[in-house]
Amino acid sequence: MKLIKIYRTNKFQQISRSKFQSISDLKVVSMNINDFKSNDPITWCPGCGDFGILNAVKKAFVKLGKESKDILLVSGIGQAAKLPHYIRCNCFNGLHGRALPVAVGAKMVNHNLTVVVTTGDGDCYGEGGNHFIHNIRRNVDITVIVLNNQIYGLTKGQASPTTDPGYVTNVQTQGVMAEPFYPLSAAIALGCGFVARGYSAEIEHLSWLITEGIIHKGFSLIDVLQPCVSFNKKNTYEWYSKRVYKLNDDVSYDLQNKPVAYQKAAEWGDRIPIGIIYKKQKPSYEEKTGIISRLPVMEEDIENINIDGLLSNFI
Amino acid sequence: MFSELTIKIAGEAGQGMQTVGLNLCRLFKCIGFYVFANQDYMSRVRGGNNFFQLRIANKPLYALRKNSDIIVALDEPSVGMHKPTLNKDGIIIIDRKKNNIAQESPFVDIPMHEIAKNLGNEIFVNSVAYGAIGSIVGAEIDCMIEIIQKNFSAKNADVIAKNIEAVKAGYMFAKDNIKEERLKIKQNKNKKTMLLNGNEAIALAAVRSGCKFYSAYPMTPSTSIMNEMAAYSGQFNIIVEQAEDEIAAVNMAIGASFAGARSMTATSGGGFCLMVEGVSLSAMTETPVVIVDAQRPAPATGFPTRTEQADLLFVLQAGHGEFAKAIFSPGTAEETFYITMRAFNLAEKYQIPVFIMTDQYLADSYRNIDMFNWDTVKVERSIIPKELSKKISGYKRYEFNENGISPRAIPSWINGVVYADSDEHTEEGHITEDASIRIKMVEKRMHKKMRGLMEEAIKPNTFNIEKAQIVLIGFGSTYGVLREICEVYPDKFGFIHFPQVWPLPADSVVKFLREKNNVFTVENNATAQLAKLIRLQTGIHIEKSILKFDGRPFDLDYLVEQLKNA
Repeated sequence: MKLIKIYRTNKFQQISRSKFQSISDLKVVSMNINDFKSNDPITWCPGCGDFGILNAVKKAFVKLGKESKDILLVSGIGQAAKLPHYIRCNCFNGLHGRALPVAVGAKMVNHNLTVVVTTGDGDCYGEGGNHFIHNIRRNVDITVIVLNNQIYGLTKGQASPTTDPGYVTNVQTQGVMAEPFYPLSAAIALGCGFVARGYSAEIEHLSWLITEGIIHKGFSLIDVLQPCVSFNKKNTYEWYSKRVYKLNDDVSYDLQNKPVAYQKAAEWGDRIPIGIIYKKQKPSYEEKTGIISRLPVMEEDIENINIDGLLSNFI
Repeated sequence: MFSELTIKIAGEAGQGMQTVGLNLCRLFKCIGFYVFANQDYMSRVRGGNNFFQLRIANKPLYALRKNSDIIVALDEPSVGMHKPTLNKDGIIIIDRKKNNIAQESPFVDIPMHEIAKNLGNEIFVNSVAYGAIGSIVGAEIDCMIEIIQKNFSAKNADVIAKNIEAVKAGYMFAKDNIKEERLKIKQNKNKKTMLLNGNEAIALAAVRSGCKFYSAYPMTPSTSIMNEMAAYSGQFNIIVEQAEDEIAAVNMAIGASFAGARSMTATSGGGFCLMVEGVSLSAMTETPVVIVDAQRPAPATGFPTRTEQADLLFVLQAGHGEFAKAIFSPGTAEETFYITMRAFNLAEKYQIPVFIMTDQYLADSYRNIDMFNWDTVKVERSIIPKELSKKISGYKRYEFNENGISPRAIPSWINGVVYADSDEHTEEGHITEDASIRIKMVEKRMHKKMRGLMEEAIKPNTFNIEKAQIVLIGFGSTYGVLREICEVYPDKFGFIHFPQVWPLPADSVVKFLREKNNVFTVENNATAQLAKLIRLQTGIHIEKSILKFDGRPFDLDYLVEQLKNA
């Protein structure tokens, strides 16, 4: 219940930071939002929901007090995947659907990096679906922010895995017939320890979710409702704003109650919950493998590795 | 006394032919012989017919022979399958209780199963066979037992004791009942050598090269590299991750490499098909990665456990667009070791994908080789060192310069940040659609890097090419058979072998190839891909090829037969 109180009292910034400091090996630096300012001109459409998410990500980084050199943003392809260019952090903008494997590869060899993935509904749930499944199982300590606009933006308006049934596009001419992918339900079922939904117009709330997601040790999923002003004429700002409600405002909501979490994850229609749907701490990949207590492997001196001991097995 | 000997152990999958075979390799190595061994196995866990073949001689060996001197048939079908390849004067060891064979010569009966059963379990039959062969060739029993003790040390004491009993029983039975003097060997001087196969050489070299991240999806014949890497991971602090598919494997390796760890993945053709977009990601983002393609017969699933060299032009073209890469095709286990180390250095230096092409034959063949010479190749790092990193400001990941190689900073080491992008990008790493930047970037990634790579490409090995009537050209695992045929018929044959096929360092042999007429490529594929590549690069059309695409490796006798009328 601590989290809910944190949010309701609107003091989550300080409390989050004090929690963060309790994690011994992380250093907190006083950061300013301008420290994350990138010079790269933004190419999103005016009014795009991605702007709110960009702000929320920056705010979360400021709250966490992490230096930009210690943060790695990884993305695939799509409008969502351009986001890392608009923040001054390390960035790996890879292939369509393949942000997650790059992110976990980087995190495994340098667990001191804060690794955040910004991806889209097509990138993460469509093209990269297999990696979504198996990286939740792996539980590497990364935070995955899915900019879910329920449509393909960059390729101009085809259905995505999360497009509402019946929605007509140039390709789905008789309306979408496939059952939508339910990312939150799937994540809970796969054992994800941090499952949340945000809304791009609720920047403070979203920034809190991202902060909590980063603090959470393990794979954190934050699915973000994000209006596409150009190609999604159904799920607009107005449509979402009328429906979303902040789940964690209800102090009795139990974050660890899986059956209830399933119900909330599936709630879609007149009312759509945003907030932390499910949260349970479990050992991360780094903890289970023990790499967390070792020097990151990328720091090792590799020039004179002695393998004479191994060779004796072949003599 | 013999100058060389070939032994074949055949049976169904699960009968332990490999265990017997490897122990025999160790035995012969221990008593001062050179061995070459290969396993021929089917894509199944139990049943079928598998065999392990080893060749022994007083001189270094590089290839197999067609026929055997001793065949151990652990089941009845093995007799019919392998009898046609028995040398005159050879013997076939059978267990008459398991076979309906009344005929005497060339059969030798050893009640292997009964002996094993008397020790409590038929599973010991392969140790009985090992003991019997040892006796037939006149090895010392103490040496044989030592090998069992060393290689079974992970098993419990009772199992080791029972196996030793089985070895002794097989040995004694053969000693008392088989009076064959002509297969006896004379113990040689013992030279310190290592017995290893191509995949083991790759894994050892990766550890030595400082590979700190290995991700892969299991696929024959590459899988044992992952097993080896996993076995070494604890001691050498290497992260070994089994990926959900080959797409993940290559992307994870690229992510790890971007973050500063030397990384590798290995697969076979089908898995490599899935990795191909990752290859161009490595090229575009200029992130080093070492990729092993342990080839097997294709297309699609093909022959999972057999050998072929048909991925050459595929790997050459792998990845959409135009960019620099290097492809190595080592011919022996020791060359595989040195080349793998070189591959890591080169991938890091040029910030490119580097390929090591092997095949099932090279991956699974065992030879005893000299101890590695550490002066041959060293670990050469090509990143901005940590101490220097702190002083860097205004870092541009893709800064234009003369040689096309922008100094590579490691994220978190520098005070600035590193942007890497799969889109066409500016020097800083941001997305761009600027035409002039595009031209410079293509020149950087392709032309400038290729110039450097060509300058330091490994020249082909040549042997007897001026004197020979016929010159044979190969790459990869055919090195062994080319070398042996030239050693046996030095007046007739010479060879050119390419341990690196891209960039193709053909300059040193172009003049020769233009003038020489009687030239053949020798390839384990159906379309003479090496000949095509040579033509593509030099314009020289080598019209004659000896091609083998039955999924089986070349042996010396086969190649001799094919060139009989040449």
